[in-house]
Amino acid sequence: MSFEWPWQYNFPPFFTLQPNVDTRQKQLAAWCSLVLSYCRHQKLYTLDVLEAQESPVFNNKKIERKLSVEAIQVVFEELRKKGNLEWLDKNKSRCLIMWRRPEEWGKLIYQWVSKNGMVNSVFTLYELANGDDTEKEEFHGLEDWMLLRSLQALQAEGKAEIITMDDGKGVKFF
Amino acid sequence: LTYITFFEFAKIVIHLHPAPENKEPGPYQHSKYSYIELSFKEHGQIEFYRRLTEEMTQKRWENTPVSQPIPTGPKAGRTRAVGIVGIERKLEEKRKETDKNISEAFEDLSKLMEKAKEMVELSKSIANKIKDKQGDITEDETIRFKSYLLSMGIANPVTRETHGSGTQYHIQLAKQLGDMLQAPLEERGGMMALTEVYCLVNRARGMELLSPEDLVNACKMFESLKLPLRLRVFDSGVMVVQLQSHSEEEMIASALDNVSDKGSLTAEEFAKLLGLSVLLAKERLLLAEKMGHLCRDDSVEGLRFYPNLF
Repeated sequence: MSFEWPWQYNFPPFFTLQPNVDTRQKQLAAWCSLVLSYCRHQKLYTLDVLEAQESPVFNNKKIERKLSVEAIQVVFEELRKKGNLEWLDKNKSRCLIMWRRPEEWGKLIYQWVSKNGMVNSVFTLYELANGDDTEKEEFHGLEDWMLLRSLQALQAEGKAEIITMDDGKGVKFF
Repeated sequence: LTYITFFEFAKIVIHLHPAPENKEPGPYQHSKYSYIELSFKEHGQIEFYRRLTEEMTQKRWENTPVSQPIPTGPKAGRTRAVGIVGIERKLEEKRKETDKNISEAFEDLSKLMEKAKEMVELSKSIANKIKDKQGDITEDETIRFKSYLLSMGIANPVTRETHGSGTQYHIQLAKQLGDMLQAPLEERGGMMALTEVYCLVNRARGMELLSPEDLVNACKMFESLKLPLRLRVFDSGVMVVQLQSHSEEEMIASALDNVSDKGSLTAEEFAKLLGLSVLLAKERLLLAEKMGHLCRDDSVEGLRFYPNLF
């Protein structure tokens, strides 16, 4: 399914960081949701800032407008504040994009687990993310680091416990 | 010159006496030779020799009168100015004289500057005294003192925020401007940049031109004199004079209409549309943006304004 661009994407002012504070807030909110939905659609979990500049998200060739590096940084900072982004390095050149926060993933996983009556069972991480049983689930194919965080979130809620096994990690749900 | 000898192919050798004591320095101070050798490759030595002996006999150079450029005291050993050295010396003397003339001319000015400095110091100290002893000096006297200072060209020293300076001159000027600017303002949609006003007014006056300061001070008094004009300062620092009846809200609303009509506008396009100067057009667009009616598109193509659809 091809990605549906929001109306702002074809509105030239969208690519200029607005000086008016109120306008800017609305603009940034629209950018955040665009970045997240695009990454979700493309199943992107990490972004590189320099590459991002050329990606269609920030660069609309049709209207010949692109977001400046400074503005991209502002958008990323906004995402970070909302908990959807985490920097991988001090130089802020690569980041993790969590278009779904770990807590949200954790909830989905737990729902699936309890729906299938598998509470109190143990799973390996591989089974959860890549097993045949979970093929239809949204969290299928979830990258390891994200899966781990989601399970950690569940662990914090007391709904799971991460176990270290011989050949990797596993999890037990309560 | 003692004797002249001929060697091989046409050479003339001029032997020289040692220099007498009072001789001016020549092109060379020292030489290890006491003669000068002139070599003639082709010919000409006979003619040259003839003329040389002629000159040596006549000693014409000793008869040339020497001019003394400066009537200052005679310098020891200065009897003549000859050759390159003479020219150099003349140039040097001329330069010294020019220098002296200039210093003399500016002597008066530096005296004036000293006096002016004293005056400014004096007025500052009096102004401070006024400020300190606010109650001791009557309103009247303060005003009079301020107007004296002003007539000497020193702006209101006590407070700079008061409307203009309160002098009669500015009051009258403000009234005059109030009359004069009505028509031009109406023609231009109710608003003119202060620079435009300045040019307009001074062009009309011809003589007795206004200084920018006087203009600003007069304009600041519009409101207190209840004249139908206003001086207004934008965020960017641009100052305009506008009719009191001019409503900026209406202007902004109509600006939004204009922009929506055309989809988007640059300051230049907007100026053309309304017959405003580009400066004022831009100010209006910026104001509309500030109020949230417009948003901007800043690209290599320039700055455009769109209706704020966010």
